[in-house]
Amino acid sequence: MYKATVIIKTRKDILDPQGKAAEQGAKLLGFSNVSGTRIGKHVEFFVNTNNLEEAKKEVKEYSEKLLSNPIMEDFEFNLEEVDET
Amino acid sequence: MKPKFGIVEFPGSNCDHDAYYAVKKILGYDAEFLWHKDTDIKNSDVIILPGGFSYGDYLRTGAIAKFAPIMEEVVSFANSGGIVIGICNGFQVLLESGLLPGVMIKNESLKFVCKDVYLKVVNKNSTFTSKIEKDIIKIPIAHGEGNYFADDDTLKSLKENNQIVFEYVNKNGEVDEASNPNGSKLNIAGIINAKGNVIGMMPHPERACDSILGNIDGQQIFNSIVSNLKLLEIY
Repeated sequence: MYKATVIIKTRKDILDPQGKAAEQGAKLLGFSNVSGTRIGKHVEFFVNTNNLEEAKKEVKEYSEKLLSNPIMEDFEFNLEEVDET
Repeated sequence: MKPKFGIVEFPGSNCDHDAYYAVKKILGYDAEFLWHKDTDIKNSDVIILPGGFSYGDYLRTGAIAKFAPIMEEVVSFANSGGIVIGICNGFQVLLESGLLPGVMIKNESLKFVCKDVYLKVVNKNSTFTSKIEKDIIKIPIAHGEGNYFADDDTLKSLKENNQIVFEYVNKNGEVDEASNPNGSKLNIAGIINAKGNVIGMMPHPERACDSILGNIDGQQIFNSIVSNLKLLEIY
């Protein structure tokens, strides 16, 4: 069994109003070195197979078809072998 | 026989009854609700995807709704030339379903905006606008994620093919930044597909149909649709 972690990021050329608002907050708090805040999503789930290739394929399709919207988001994922949920 | 509007109800839809009231009680057409788990559009002549928060809008607006059983029927209805109007959340569902190009992101202000806006009817020859006499109409919006985004090529082709139907403008019909309530590219408030049978719009025409509310600018959108059904000799 694998544990999947998917990170979904808003594409660089797309405005991220949440990131912008958070960064305004950062400035107010005095974090003067902070810049380029972008807010994305972190998704975790288990994949019930011991076949790594099969797991990769399923995670990729799940991420493409549902978890992200390719017009505005990119994703990357990581698979970690685990014993049980 | 009256033209029939099928109004899709997703869990979280909240403008379904407004749409039903507008087309049936105010305008006198036939209307029926279509449950999201249904796989039959019940001989509807027009499909309305109403506003609301389908499936809680979890993940992204409209992202889960596109997999609802009824959507398979809606997509095949649209692909065979059937008339579909997506309002607010319905527009977001059409984008996620790929029936219209682009995506909706959070309003630039991060605020939920609920107010009347002025719209320029950019394309007056469409199925959805041919009966609109005015150049500028007033329709309410109510959304937190109505910031329309598409890449430059898509925007260019929308413009060239006259697919931009409504733009946010000021009272005098001028496109300016101050009249853009959400940060949408090119002040886009509504677009149609290349074939012209599917429209997505963030403003709510169904909320501007009853004269008791002081604004009936939304009526002509539904009347345009029906008049075009008549041209198609369905009625």
